[in-house]
Amino acid sequence: MIRPDTITHSGANLSRVLIVGAGHAGAATAATLRQYGHAGPITLVGDEEEHPYHRPPISKAYLHGDTGADLLRAPSYYADQGIDLMLGRRVESIDLDARTATLDDATGVGFDELVLATGARARTLPHPLPERGCWSMRTYRDAIGFRSVLESRAQIVIIGGGFVGLEVAAAARSRGCQVTVIEREQRLLQRVASPVLSDALTAIHRKNGVDVLVNAALNEVVASQDGGVEAVLLEDGTRLPCDAVVIGVGAEPRDELLQQLGAACDGGVLVDSSARTNLPGVYAVGDVTRREVPGYPGRIRLESIPNTTEQAKQAAAAITGRPAPPAETPWFWSDQYDVNLKIAGLLAGSTRTVVRGEPSSDSFAVYHLDDAGRLVAVEAVNAAKDFMAGKKWIASNASPSLDRLPDPSVPLRDLVPA
Amino acid sequence: MIKITYVTADGTEQPVEVEPGMSLMEVATLRGIEGIVAECGGGCSCATCHVYVDEAWQQTFEEPAPEEADLIEFLDEAKPTSRLSCQLVLRAEHDGLCVRTPASQG
Repeated sequence: MIRPDTITHSGANLSRVLIVGAGHAGAATAATLRQYGHAGPITLVGDEEEHPYHRPPISKAYLHGDTGADLLRAPSYYADQGIDLMLGRRVESIDLDARTATLDDATGVGFDELVLATGARARTLPHPLPERGCWSMRTYRDAIGFRSVLESRAQIVIIGGGFVGLEVAAAARSRGCQVTVIEREQRLLQRVASPVLSDALTAIHRKNGVDVLVNAALNEVVASQDGGVEAVLLEDGTRLPCDAVVIGVGAEPRDELLQQLGAACDGGVLVDSSARTNLPGVYAVGDVTRREVPGYPGRIRLESIPNTTEQAKQAAAAITGRPAPPAETPWFWSDQYDVNLKIAGLLAGSTRTVVRGEPSSDSFAVYHLDDAGRLVAVEAVNAAKDFMAGKKWIASNASPSLDRLPDPSVPLRDLVPA
Repeated sequence: MIKITYVTADGTEQPVEVEPGMSLMEVATLRGIEGIVAECGGGCSCATCHVYVDEAWQQTFEEPAPEEADLIEFLDEAKPTSRLSCQLVLRAEHDGLCVRTPASQG
C-alpha cells in the first residue's frame, strides 16, 4: 500500500519497507528494491548473527572446512545502499493498523510496506530425543556444530532420504564417517524425484559406502547415559549404534506472524504472482510462501534459491510500481560426491518419462511429459546441457523429438525445429 | 588493487576496485553489481552470472571447462565471447578489465 504522503513531488516512492527475515529471500528483496530505484527507507531484520549468507553450503561445503559463512554481499553493502540491517533480532509482533513492528528488544520499527521472508524451519520428529547429538541442518551454526562431530569420524544415522539428508551423507562419507540413511518411504527422494533418479542416487550412495535403508520406520533414538545418542531403533527391531543423528525430514513454513496478522495460510502463506498476500501492503517471499506456478497444477511451496530471487523481483516490482516480471521455470540443484544434479521444472503432472543416456553411467537425464505430451521437467545428472535445454524448452513450450531423445549422441539442438 | 568495470546492457558502467584473487562473480555479488545474479553462489550450476569478455581479454583467462561450456551453449544470449563469471578468477594482469552483462540477467 503506497500512501499518498509517501510520494514526493518528484514522484519518488519514499514508503518505508520492513523486511522480516534476512535469508536469501529477504536480502534479495532489499537489494532488488534498491536496484529498481526504491528511494524510501528499507529495514532488514534477521534473527541470526551472521550477515546474510548462502544457505545451500550448510549441507555441503560448510561441513568440510572452516572458511566462514559465504556472505551474499559484503558487510559494507547494506550501509552503502541505505539498508538498515538489524541482525540477531526477532520481530515479536506487528500492528498493521499502526504500521509498526515490535522487536524482541522492544524496539519499534515503522513501515508502510511489509515483506515477510521468515523462511522455513526443520520439521521435528514426534519422538522424544536425547539432549545432545541430534542435529538438523538449517543454519550456518548448525553446520559448524555438526562439523565437529564429523571430525571425530563418528558413526552417523541420517533420518530422512531427502536432499539435505543425502548431501550430509555425502559430506560425512568424505570425512571418513560411517553413515546410515533411513527412509520410511519405498525409495529415496520419493516426493521430489523420479524412480529412475532415486535408484541411480541410491546406487551412488551405496557405492560410496553409505548404508541406505528404505521402508525403514524410526521407533526410537536411544539416549546414552551421558545424555547423548547411543543408537537408533527401527520398528522392525533393527538397532543401529551411532554417535550422532541428523534429522532431515523436511521443513515447515515459519508463517506464525502471518497467521497472527490474519493472512490466508495453507501450509505456507498464500501469495499471488506479485508476492502479495491477501492483506493490503503485506508481501511474502521465499520458503514461507505457497503459490501458483504457471504451467503446473495447484499451489506449491517451493524451497529453492531461484524461487527466492524470483519472488524478490515480484515484490520489489510491485512495491516500486513496475510491471510484474515474467514467470520463471522453477529449478533446483544438489551436489553429492562428484554428482551434480539439476532439476528444471516440477514433476507434478508427469505421466510419461523418456530417459536420455544410461542411468547407471556418470551422466544421464530424465525428461518428463504430462498427459498432453508437454515437457514439464528434466532431471539432469552431470548433464548440464540437458538441464539448460530442458529449462529453455519447458519455458517456451517446445516439443523435442522424443524418438531421438534417448540417444545421447544426437545433439540436443537437433531435437527441436530451428 | 585492480580496477574492473561491469557494463550493463543499457550501457551503465559500474567500476570497482578490488584486490586480485576473487572471481568476477564474487566481486559483483559482494558489491551489489547490477546484471549478475549468481543464484548458485559460484558453483558453475546456474548460468546466472553470464558475462561477455572482449576477445582481447579472453586469453587472459583459462579456457572454459566442459561444464561451463555446456551451460553456456543453451543460454538465450550466448555469444562467442560468453563466459560464466564465477569461473573467471581475477589476477593483477586484469587491471582495467571491462566486461558486459546480458539484458535478460538481473
